[in-house]
Amino acid sequence: MSSWTTGLAGDVPQGHAVRVETPSNYLNAKFTIGSWLATHDHKRIAILFAVSITAFFFIGGAAATMMRLDLATPAGDFVKAETYNKLFTMHGVIMVWFFLIPSIPATLGNFLVPLMIGARDLAFPRLNLTSWYLYVGGSIFTIAAMIAGGVDTGWTFYAPFSTMFSNTHVIYVLAGVFVVGFSSILTGLNIIVTVHTMRAPGMTWFRLPLFVWAQYATAAILVLATPVLAMTLVLVTVERLFGIGIFNPVLGGDPLLFQHLFWFYSHPAVYIMVLPAMGVVSELIAASAHNPVFGYKTMAFAIIAIAVLGFLVWGHHMFVSGQSMYAGVVFSFMSFLVAIPSAVKVFNWTATLWHGRITYTAPMLYALGFVGLFTVGGMTGLFLASLALDVHLTDTYFVVAHFHYIMVGGTVSAYLGGIHFWWPKITGRMYSDRWARFAAILLFVGFNFTFFPQYLLGIAGMPRRYHAYPPEFQTLNVLSSAGALILALGYLLPLLYLGWSLFRGARAPANPWDATGLEWQTSSPPPVHNFATPPVVTEPPYAYRMAALSRDVVDAREGTR
Amino acid sequence: MTSANPAIGAVHEPALRVAAQFEEAPQQVHAAKLGMWIFLATEVMFFGALFFAYAIARVQFPEAFAAASKHTNILLGTTNTAVLLTSSLFMVLAMRAAELGVRRATAILLVITGLLGLAFTGIKLTEYALDYRDHLVPVLDFSFDPRYAKGALVFFGFYFVTTGLHLVHLSVGNGLVLTFARRAWLGKPNTLADQVEIAGLYWHFVDVVWIFLYPCLYLVSRT
Repeated sequence: MSSWTTGLAGDVPQGHAVRVETPSNYLNAKFTIGSWLATHDHKRIAILFAVSITAFFFIGGAAATMMRLDLATPAGDFVKAETYNKLFTMHGVIMVWFFLIPSIPATLGNFLVPLMIGARDLAFPRLNLTSWYLYVGGSIFTIAAMIAGGVDTGWTFYAPFSTMFSNTHVIYVLAGVFVVGFSSILTGLNIIVTVHTMRAPGMTWFRLPLFVWAQYATAAILVLATPVLAMTLVLVTVERLFGIGIFNPVLGGDPLLFQHLFWFYSHPAVYIMVLPAMGVVSELIAASAHNPVFGYKTMAFAIIAIAVLGFLVWGHHMFVSGQSMYAGVVFSFMSFLVAIPSAVKVFNWTATLWHGRITYTAPMLYALGFVGLFTVGGMTGLFLASLALDVHLTDTYFVVAHFHYIMVGGTVSAYLGGIHFWWPKITGRMYSDRWARFAAILLFVGFNFTFFPQYLLGIAGMPRRYHAYPPEFQTLNVLSSAGALILALGYLLPLLYLGWSLFRGARAPANPWDATGLEWQTSSPPPVHNFATPPVVTEPPYAYRMAALSRDVVDAREGTR
Repeated sequence: MTSANPAIGAVHEPALRVAAQFEEAPQQVHAAKLGMWIFLATEVMFFGALFFAYAIARVQFPEAFAAASKHTNILLGTTNTAVLLTSSLFMVLAMRAAELGVRRATAILLVITGLLGLAFTGIKLTEYALDYRDHLVPVLDFSFDPRYAKGALVFFGFYFVTTGLHLVHLSVGNGLVLTFARRAWLGKPNTLADQVEIAGLYWHFVDVVWIFLYPCLYLVSRT
C-alpha cells in the first residue's frame, strides 16, 4: 500500500511553484506511511480496506483456480483429496469474510456514505480505524492457519466434523473469523449512527441516495447477525477444546442447533453481500441513463424488505437436515417472498433506462451485467427454495452455480462497477474506458462460461466439494475450467489499467459523469474534510431531468442555443 | 449538560470541545448515545445465541440440569446478585449527580459503583475456586453422580462460558466506570452527564445479563 501512495504522492512536484496551485486534497495532505496507518479519515481507511481485500481476493482466487485446474480431468490428479478440501475451505473463508462482506461496505461505503450525506467524516473515525486493524488482526490468524497447513471443514464449519473429527487448524480460522466479525460490526455501527446523525441540512431520509439506503440496511444486518456467528464460533471452540457437548450428539449436543445458529447469520450474510451491490447499481444505472431512478421510494422500501425477510429464511439451507417439515414449509414460503422486493428492484432498474440518455461506459456495462446475472441467480434461487426440488439439487453444483451468480456475478460485478464509477473521485485520475469496457465484457463472458455449466452439472447430479468425478461430467467441467481462466484474466486486467491510470491517467474533473449526488459536487479527490463549504440539500435525489432542464434554461438565457 | 446549580458548587463548564467531524455538541452527544444503543443491540444478539443454546441443552437434559443446578453456590450467587443490583443503584445516583453538575459526588458514586463491580468479581472468583474444590470444573476436575454426569457436564460447561463472558463484560464496565470517575474528579469532561449516561447504559446491560443468568444457573430446581 505504501508504493500505491508514494506513487500518487510522487506526482505532485515537491517544492515547486505548481504545488502551491494544487488544491490540497486527502491524498496529498500528508505523505508518510504513518499518516496512513494512523489516519482517522474515512477516505484513507476506505483505501486501506480496498488494498487489503484486493490482496485477499487474489489469494482466494488462486485457491479457486487450483480447484478448477484439478476438475479439468475426472481423475482428480492435480491435487490430493485432502488438499482439495483445504482449497475450497480457504477459498470460501477468504472470499466470504475477507473479501465479500467488507468489499462494498468497508471500501465504497466507507468512502462514500459521508460524502453522499454531506458530512465531514463518519461519526466515529477512531472506531473506523479500529475496524481496519481488527480486519488485519483477523487476517493474521487466517494466514497463520494457511501456513500451518490449512483447514478442511468447508467455510460452513459444520459440527460435529469441525469440533471432533477434523485434524486441521480449525481454531486459528475460527479465531480469524471471530475477530474479523467485530470489524464488520464496528463498520455497521458506524454507518448506522452516521446516517442517523450526520446528514447535511436538507438531506431528509427520502433524499438519501439509494446507495446510502443500501448501506444502512446492510449495516443493520451486520450489527444484528454477526454477533450470532461470533457466539456460534465461541461454542464450536468450547466443544472442540473442552469437549462440552453443545453440537456433538455423542456428548449430548444437537448438530441441528449448529446449523440453525450458523445460518441465522449466514443467510442474512448473503444480503450483507448483495444489498450494497444493489445500492451501487442503482447509482450506476441512474447516472449512465441520466434518468431518475424509477420508483425511488419503492426501491428504498424494497431494500428494507429484503433486509428484514433475510432474517426469516435461514431454514432453507436445512431442508434436508431433518428439521421439522412444517418449518421447511414456512421457510420455503418466506424464501419465495424475497423474490418480490428483488423483482421490484430489477423491474425498476429496467424502467430507469426507459427514455434515458444512455451512455455505455464501463461502469454501466458492469451494472447491466449485474442486473442480468442477478436475475439468473435469483430465479435459480427459487428452484432451491422449492422443497421437493431442493431434495434433488441440494449439495450439488446447482447450488454452487446459484450462489456464485449472486455473489460473483452480482456482488463482484457491482463492486468493480462501483470502483470504476468512483475511481475518478477516489484517485483524481481517469482510466482508459476502452480497456475497462473490454474487461467488463471479458468478465461477463468468462463468468457465464465458468458457472452456467455448473447449473447443468448440478441438475445432472454432480455433488459439490469432490475433487474427482465420473467421466461423463468432463465436458461441462472443462468448459467451466476454461471459463475460469478467462475470468482470472478479466480480474487481472483492471489491476493493470487502473494501476496505470494512477501514474499516467488524465486528471479527473469534479464530475466526469455528469452525475447528481453530493459526492460529485466536491473536487476530485475531495479535500480532507470533504467539502470546501458545508452543503445544503434542496432537491430530491437523482434530479437528472431537473438538471437537464435548468441547463437548457441557462443555455437559452445565454443565447448559446 | 444541564446547567449547574450554583448553590452546590457550581461548575463553570468550559466551552464544549466538539470532535472535528461534528457540527455541534448536541449532534455529537446524539451520535455517542445512539452508538451505545446499537452496540447493546449487538450484545443482545451475542448473548441471545448463548441463551438459545442453553435452552436447547436444558430441554435435552431436564433432570441433569436440575441436579447440577443444586450444586451451584446459591449463597454466593444470591449475594452477587444483590451486589450487582446495588452497583446499578449507585450508577443511577452517579448519573443524577452528573446531571446536576456535582462533579465530586459523581466521582465518589462512580467509585462506589466500580468497587461493587470489583466485589462481584472477587466473589465470583471465590465461587470458581469453591467449584474447583467440589470437582465441578469440566476438563480440569469433574466428577458427578453418574446418572446425570453427561448432562451435568453440559450444564457446567454453560455455567463457565456464560458467567465467564459476563465477567469479561463486567471488567470492561469496571474500567469504563473508574476512568469516568477519574475524569469527573479531575473536572476534565465537559459533557460529563452524557458520558456517565453512556457508561451507565452499558453497566445496566451487564446487570440485566446477570439477572437472566441467575435463575438459569442457580434456581433451576429451587422453586
